[in-house]
This record gives sequence, C-alpha cells and structure tokens, in this order.
Amino acid sequence: MQRRLLKDFRFSVLPVPGRIIAIVFFVALFIIPLIDDSKYSLFVFTTSNLLVIFAVSWDLLSGYSGQVNFGHALFFGVSAYTVALLHKYFGLQPWATVPIGTLVATGVGVVTCFPALRLRGPYLSLLTMSFPLVLLGLVMAFKDWTGGEFGIPGIPPIAGSHVTEYYICLIVMTVSVLVMWKLTDAGSKFVRTGLIFHAIREDEIAARASGINTINYKILAFIIGGFFCGLAGALYAHVLGTVSISYLSMTMSFRAIIYVVFGGIVSIYGPVVGVYGLQTLLTFAGQAGQNFLGQNLILIMAILVVLVLLFMPEGVAVWIRDKIERECPRCKLTNAAWRKECRACSAPLH
Amino acid sequence: MVEQIIVGTLVTGGVYALLAVGFSLIFGNARVINLAHTGFFMLAAYSLYYFIRKLGLAAAPAIVITLPAVTLVGILVYRFLINPIREHHAAVLLMTVAIALVFQESMVGAFSSKYWSIPSLIPGFTDILGVSVLNQNLLVLGVVVVVIVTVWLILSRTKLGIALRATAQDAEVATLMGISVPRTLMITMGIATFLATVAAVVVAPIWTIHPTMWTPPLVMVMVVVVLGGLGSIKGAIIGAFIIALVEVSVAILLPEYAYLKVVFAILAMIIVLIVRPGGLFGVIFEEERL
Repeated sequence: MQRRLLKDFRFSVLPVPGRIIAIVFFVALFIIPLIDDSKYSLFVFTTSNLLVIFAVSWDLLSGYSGQVNFGHALFFGVSAYTVALLHKYFGLQPWATVPIGTLVATGVGVVTCFPALRLRGPYLSLLTMSFPLVLLGLVMAFKDWTGGEFGIPGIPPIAGSHVTEYYICLIVMTVSVLVMWKLTDAGSKFVRTGLIFHAIREDEIAARASGINTINYKILAFIIGGFFCGLAGALYAHVLGTVSISYLSMTMSFRAIIYVVFGGIVSIYGPVVGVYGLQTLLTFAGQAGQNFLGQNLILIMAILVVLVLLFMPEGVAVWIRDKIERECPRCKLTNAAWRKECRACSAPLH
Repeated sequence: MVEQIIVGTLVTGGVYALLAVGFSLIFGNARVINLAHTGFFMLAAYSLYYFIRKLGLAAAPAIVITLPAVTLVGILVYRFLINPIREHHAAVLLMTVAIALVFQESMVGAFSSKYWSIPSLIPGFTDILGVSVLNQNLLVLGVVVVVIVTVWLILSRTKLGIALRATAQDAEVATLMGISVPRTLMITMGIATFLATVAAVVVAPIWTIHPTMWTPPLVMVMVVVVLGGLGSIKGAIIGAFIIALVEVSVAILLPEYAYLKVVFAILAMIIVLIVRPGGLFGVIFEEERL
C-alpha cells in the first residue's frame, strides 16, 4: 500500500507541475498557523476556506451539470439562518446546528429543483436568481423573529481557540473539495457521476438517448450543490458569529460566480484559485481599509475581473495550466510544457 | 383605492416596460443577459444629478447631454468589453456583473453613498378620477407611451428594424442576406441603453438616487422578461404591467408587508413559468438548445 502510494506520487504527481502546485498549496495552508497565528489573518483564511466550499459547490452545480444557478446564496443563507434560529430559540450548540443546517439546505436544494427542472438556459438562471430574494422578502417581513436588516448576532464559535477553528474549517474544506473533485472527475473508475454530468452539459438529448435518466442526475447535482453550500453557510455563520440579510443578497450569489469564472469554470481548482486570488490576496493587500486599495476593494476587484475576462476568458487557473502543462497528442498524458517529448510514449510534443 | 392602484400600475409598469424592452432587445439579438442594463439607468440618474445640482444647469440641457452621453457609454462598453468575449457565455454574464459593480463603486467614489434627489421636471399635482397625481407621473406615462410606440414603429416599419429582427431570428442567415451583424448588435445595444436612459430621465426626480439603485429594478426587470418571454417585446410590455399591478397592489393593500412585493411578483412569475415554461410570449430557440 505504502509502496503503491509512493509510486503513484513519483510517476503521476511529480512530473505534472499543476499537481505539485496543488500539493504545495495545501501543505502551506496546513502550516500557516505555525508561521502566523494572529487572530486577524487566521480569520481571513478561515472565511476564505469556507468561501472556497461555497464557490466549488457552485462550480459543481452550474459548471459541471450546466444548470446555471444565479441564486446560490439561497442554500448558503438558508443554512446560516437555520443555524442562527436554532441557536436563538433552542439554544443548540454547533455540533447539532451545523448538521441540521446542512440538511435543511440540502432539502431546499431538492425543493427548488422541481420548478427548475422544467426550465433550461436563461429561464432557469433567472428563476433561481429569484429564490433567495423571496426568502429575503420573508426575512424582512417577519422582523420580530429574524431580526430584519440587523440579522441575528451572538452565534457561538465552533471551537474555543481560533487555531482549532481554522483547522476544523480547513479540514472540512479539503475533504469537501476532494469529494467534489472525485464526483466530477469524468475519468474516474469508481463513480460515474462526473462522466454523466459532462454528457448532460454537452448534449442533454443525446445523454437521454443513451439511457441516462437525466432528471435524476439534475436533481442529484442540486442535492450535492445544496449540501456543500449549506455546510459552508452553517460554518460561516458560526465563524462570523452573526447572520444578516447580506447572506441572501444578490451580491452573495454573484460572488460565487465571480470567484468561479475568475479562476476558471468547470474545473474544481479554478474556484480555489479564484477565492484565494480575489478574496484573500486583495483583503491582505487592502490592510483592512487602511490604504487606497482597501477602501476601494470592490472597485478594484471588479476592474480585475473585467481585465481577466478580456485577456483570459477561460479563467486565470486554466490559463496558467495551459502555460505550464501540455497534453501528449498520442497518449493524452499530461506533461510539463517544457518537455520536448512525452514522458510515457516519447512522442514529440511540439 | 382602485384608482390609486390603476394610476400606480400605469406609472410603475411604464418604467418597467422601458427597462424590460431594452433588456429583452439585447437578449433577443445578441443572446447577452445584460445584468448591467439597470447600471446604465443608474449612471443616467447620476449624470442628471451632477448636471442639475452640481453644475446648476437647467433640466433641458442636462437631459440633452445625458441622453447621448450614456448611450455612447453603452455602445463603447458593448464594443470593447462584451463583444470580444461573446462566445464565452459564462464570461459575458460575469462581465456584465463586473461592469455594473464598476459603475456602482465609481459612483460611490464620486458622489459618496448618500441619498440624493433632483427636482421634478414639472412640479405640482393634477386631479384625475379623484386621485391627485404628481405631474411628473403623468410625464412618465406620456414619455413611456411615445418612446415605446416609436421603438415599435422602428422595429416594424424601417429597414433597420427588419435588420434587427432578422438578426434576432437567425444571425447566420442575416449575414448571408448582407446584414452586418456586429453593427446591428451595436445599434441594438445603443437602443437598449437609450431606453434605460430615458427611463432614468423621467423617474430620477421621483426615485432617490443612490449607488445601489440599480438592483431593485434589475430584479423586477428580470421577473418581467422571464414572465413575458425572453426576447419578446410584446411580452416585456405586458409582463411589465402585470408585475407592476402585483407590486402596487401589495404596496397599497398590505402596507405593513411592503417587503413582500418582490415575493408576490416572483410568485406570479413562477406560476406563469409552471404553466408555460417559455414565458407568455417566449421565443423558443430550438436548434440552439439554450
């Protein structure tokens, strides 16, 4: 077992620059508290990790299964509000609220997909965009219970110290991203969902003609997306200690889309790059509103997005990957771009 | 009560119709969901505010400058930011969001995030059916009717209108018939932005001007065009008045639940979509499998 892992590492990770970068990145995330354990920077990293789950779950639902969801904040907000209400009225602790919040978000995913199944393309996008706004209207209309525009403060943190909290969120993020990556891997030998999502996105009628029950898989995409997004929302409410209507706003839905498209749609690593490139880096560069960058964070973010879209419309991560990796024309194996010939079949790469 | 609802529906519906027709035109022709559409509306409102309050111009020259200036901004945005990436659907969508955010944040930078207002173009009230109506509201109605009829005539009677409709139906065949599709799309974007600007010019005195004023009408415009059928002008106009009726009735009959007006508007849309998944007058793009 150990020897096989080592062999895998030597022959399918080391020769591919993209995979080395991914491993270095995750190792770096795990040792960050050893270098800098100030409360502020760990808080920024914790929230970024949760936003990664949020963005990746949008990529799975909208990028992979092709059902472009404009209202992803729905699952996030439902879960966060469930957590807050459970704590406020029943005094439940994080070990109970987080699973319940996640389950409620998954259930909402099932319910919303029924009207959504009849529609496709822009109609679906615009319909899903309206769902969080319905909930937002309800939250504002029943102010006495939900706190209206002030939200519900006083939600306890997940763990006593912020380092523990950081590690919990980091592990949840790593596991979620791994699971979603496996679920959407079209070349996987164990799960077929990746291949089927791919088929549905490319041509739904052809997929149905091949005997795939596309409806079931579309519902499955909503369930998986709702589950992981709900998980992120529940943890986010605990980390921030408060929920507010901004969780359900249109801006929140658009944030998922911004991160994913910035990093590269239909690639699980794209959203990770998107969140860390846009959110984390810019937050640190902005020094919490101390300098010009921090005061105009959204403006600069928007201008960055415009520039990236103009010059690399596939997304930053995909653009970088194409620069450092090249697929062998004969055996389809991924090679480093600076190699002259393929590492397996020695076919010339140029 | 009933009179209030009727007058309110006509005014609100007129504004939504102006915005929705532009949104629908640009979607029908270029297949672009332009989320920055109401961003231009906001831009025009701020431009009016700047010329009237800051520079002290009279209303007429301010409008004369604003209309072509914002339309030009719309055409330039389309030409240099949206057109180069039109093949990537997700990218176009995000681009329009980013453009709207750039508008919003620039306005925050230039005019701070305070609430501003500008004076009515025609002050005073008129009594109609026992309801006192702001003269500005009557102006809104008049302008809406004139502008929509003009657009309708352009689309149905002129050579340009035929080119626009041909591009909407099938861009490839339109190219074969000698229509320059990129130029037609730019003209479409110009018309759409112009309509948004006109809407801003007439309602800016009634609404407050602030940097996030583009999101509430954006949501309503989306609801309207989905209900009416994407890409259909007739659908956009009828949808606008249906949604305005729902919104105004909720605001007048249930004043304590005014926040629910979006909820009811969306419920109306969902009911229509469950019965007719293509909207009331939807254009179905069968071969494109959108």
